[in-house]
Amino acid sequence: MDWSWDRAWEIAPELFTRGLAVTLQATLGGAVLAFTLGLALALLLRSRRPWVRLPVRGFVEVVRSTPLLAQLFILYYVFPSTFGITMSALTTGIVGLGVHYATYTAEVYRSGIDGVPRGQWEAAVALNLPRFRTWTGVILPQAIRRVLPALGNYLIGIFKESPQLALITVVDVLGLARILAAEDFRYLEPLTLAGLFFLVIAIPSSILVRRLERRLEHG
Amino acid sequence: MNPCGGDLPGVLGDTMPFLCGGAWITVQATLGGMVLATALALAAGLAALSRRRAVRAVARVYLEFFRGTSVIVQMFWIFFALPVLTGYRVAPLFAGILALGLNLGAYGSEVVRGAVQAVPQAQREAAVALNLTPYQRMRYVILPQALVGMIPPLNNTYIELLKATSLVSAISVGDLIFESKALINTGSDRVTVMVLVMLFYLLLAAVITLCMRTLERRAARMVGRDVAAFRLRLKGGH
Repeated sequence: MDWSWDRAWEIAPELFTRGLAVTLQATLGGAVLAFTLGLALALLLRSRRPWVRLPVRGFVEVVRSTPLLAQLFILYYVFPSTFGITMSALTTGIVGLGVHYATYTAEVYRSGIDGVPRGQWEAAVALNLPRFRTWTGVILPQAIRRVLPALGNYLIGIFKESPQLALITVVDVLGLARILAAEDFRYLEPLTLAGLFFLVIAIPSSILVRRLERRLEHG
Repeated sequence: MNPCGGDLPGVLGDTMPFLCGGAWITVQATLGGMVLATALALAAGLAALSRRRAVRAVARVYLEFFRGTSVIVQMFWIFFALPVLTGYRVAPLFAGILALGLNLGAYGSEVVRGAVQAVPQAQREAAVALNLTPYQRMRYVILPQALVGMIPPLNNTYIELLKATSLVSAISVGDLIFESKALINTGSDRVTVMVLVMLFYLLLAAVITLCMRTLERRAARMVGRDVAAFRLRLKGGH
């Protein structure tokens, strides 16, 4: 056992403030993008025109079956030199997380939309609601309420996967832990604190989501 | 022509030998992780259904602990921090497989638990009526039927595992991602390298799905079910 409490106390404040700020930015930014882009993808996947539906389907399949890290590399190494799009490491990470998880949330929205009873569609037609109003006033509010717990789980998922951004030089909790470890080659304290930090946030959050799930089922 | 040979024309000849080497390491990490994850998923999934509270608690702690953080954090901890505590250094690929197996095994245990619970209660009662021992009940009645339902969600778990193997590059294992980064750093055409890497992952994911489909059909036939007909009935009934 070689654990140093002194070192742990010394680095904890920085890890929990500076690291946390970046991790939360990445998580929230990624989630906002994933939740909006996911809805757009879900709607495009329902298109009646095959030339809209099929390319989107292909894009979703490719993104879902390849690693987030490969996608981050493409955004970080290929985009600046090939398309002239240069973003900061954190922005690159947010776009990567957002696009990757959008392909998952698209599936969530799809199941939510499919779960809205047929009668709701028929009622909207009977009331002569325009298509746009049918979606925004009738279908989506019910569909999104239904999938809130699933989206909550993906929010936690994005939070947990965000340390991958450290591999494209973002100084989040894990990135900062690596820098602190490199100062004196003591890896134990920073990496253990980083791990605990994720556990302490992720476990209570998933318990909250489970409660929300139960409440929506019964209410 | 050898698709991994250096005699391929142009940039392919420069990159494919390295990427094939990387892909082979990715395959090793995936297979190693699959074996460990499947074993842990079965053990923890069945433990979660145990009648003994202590056994259930152990499964629960394992599940929450490894689902609470991501593979990358666990991998770094096993590779960099664990040796400080134990004094033993683990080989990078081994540390990677350990983290992958432990993490995806936790997710897999939920699949196993769900599939075992989904076997109709009457099957259990019939097995009791036939005077089968608890082991025989599990081995010959419950598990073969649960296996059919387990395979489609396990396919997703294995694809997630394949994707997560990309993280071993961060502890300097020479997988696909590691090789692609090395190629980019030495000036190979970035677009070609990343397109090839994506194609490799898509191919590996397709191979996993294909194997699991075959396995599902075989498992279904063993318990006297026909997957195609079963799926059709599900669709028709809906």
